[in-house]
Amino acid sequence: MPKVLTDARSIRIKGRSFLAVVLSPELPFEDWLVQLDDLARRSAGFFLERPVVLDVTDLEIDRKKLKGLIDELVKRNVRVMGLEGARPSWLGPGMPPAMRGGKPASDFEITPSEPAEASASAAETGSEPPKPEIEVAQLPTVRMDALAERPQPQSMVIREPVRSGQSVIFPEGDVTVIGSVASGAEIIAGGSVHIYGTLRGRALAGTLGNASARIFCRKLEAELLAIDGIYTTADEMSPDLLGQAVHLWLDGDAIRAQKLT
Amino acid sequence: MGQVIVVTSGKGGVGKTTSTAALGAALALSGQKVVVVDFDVGLRNLDLVMGAERRVVYDLVNVIQGDAKLPQALIRDKRLETLFLLPASQTRDKDALTPEGVEWVMNELKRYFDWIICDSPAGIERGATLAMRHADLAVVVTNPEVSSVRDSDRIIGLLDAKTLKAERGERMEKFLLLTRYDPIRAERGDMLKVDDVLEILSIPLIGIVPESTDVLRASNLGAPVTLADNRCAPALAYFDAARRLAGESIPIVIPGEKKGLFGKIFGRRAA
Repeated sequence: MPKVLTDARSIRIKGRSFLAVVLSPELPFEDWLVQLDDLARRSAGFFLERPVVLDVTDLEIDRKKLKGLIDELVKRNVRVMGLEGARPSWLGPGMPPAMRGGKPASDFEITPSEPAEASASAAETGSEPPKPEIEVAQLPTVRMDALAERPQPQSMVIREPVRSGQSVIFPEGDVTVIGSVASGAEIIAGGSVHIYGTLRGRALAGTLGNASARIFCRKLEAELLAIDGIYTTADEMSPDLLGQAVHLWLDGDAIRAQKLT
Repeated sequence: MGQVIVVTSGKGGVGKTTSTAALGAALALSGQKVVVVDFDVGLRNLDLVMGAERRVVYDLVNVIQGDAKLPQALIRDKRLETLFLLPASQTRDKDALTPEGVEWVMNELKRYFDWIICDSPAGIERGATLAMRHADLAVVVTNPEVSSVRDSDRIIGLLDAKTLKAERGERMEKFLLLTRYDPIRAERGDMLKVDDVLEILSIPLIGIVPESTDVLRASNLGAPVTLADNRCAPALAYFDAARRLAGESIPIVIPGEKKGLFGKIFGRRAA
């Protein structure tokens, strides 16, 4: 018999992914800001209302210098929503939160708002024409129309154990692990999660709002399970399911589980 | 070219330094040139366990910053002429280690030694990641206890992601060294059993070192346990582990299961 693991009034925690522009500033910041201004001039409003993440990995700077850069960006109407690769000492109140686990996407197409003016200004100053490839390289992200295409069903297969502290995030579809998922590791899938081993960590299936996603594991010792935002912790699971091969699915607002025989 | 081993664990107090010294001495006893390198800048201990604390003049940080030449910082062991120590600095912190400096030191050491054994600090920060960065193989020291096992699991993940070998797409060889194993407590269920640990970590086992006062006694004497008393149980376990590291295949005996014929028959009947 299927068992109801949670009561009907649990809190929904939903995952959602947004597309952000990643800026990777280079030292010295003064020169980099000049390049940025040049880019902004050619495509006005590019950064307006767009989430911007600052990638500061491996930069030899201190908190003060970073704060200065963020202030400079604010003056240019660029709001930094997160920092990637920042040292913990740079973070804290008044600074954007740390971001990690970002996945690369294809480059943004930068369409100059008034190309005529841009070339005119280049001619004016008599300097060499602006090099678009530099800016594109600095802004790795996504061509918007690519997102609009119908997504193909996808799956990810991991052929080794997922270790504590590792986080597998695959919003595009199913995740299959041939091996165990350790305590403190997590699998976050847009589709179903299949674990051919012991599930000791967390498994979150259907995170983009797929209530028909399921979780399968050969041995259940999970810390947390979630399907479409409905979650349950180890404490709430029925003890006779622990250590068993189990299959979990969503029935309304409740996670149900059944032993696999 | 020498082989670089990192002895690591994530968790503190599990026996990294003891194991570094014991494995280093065991490998050096077979006539190979060995250097043990202390990466625990600011909290060095390997010099004490090796009994060389009064002979430290220059250290790893001095070499990296160019204040001393590498041969000036290497301390030859008084008992074994093929065993050397490169101590860490006690007055600095981990930020004194630079990736370029560590790379240079490792490449130099590889030219002169058969084995370079890096004693990693606890944690997963700079000191630990730099200690593992140039390793060819890793010895993951684990106690049969849940927090140690989970930390080791985390370290194994980092070994597969943050080392040069991993970045080049090669596979990092990782070996499990189970230390402070107490067969009586394991049998009572107070400790994880060997099989449980192996099932969770799923990397090959190179030795089980039993919990023993011999280890503490050797540390207090300032000698690797393999030199202090080469007949005691922990020393024998380290000797076997060193031979397995060198590529020999020797069956592993789980302490407490080494019952005589009578014990085996009796055990079967009881079960």
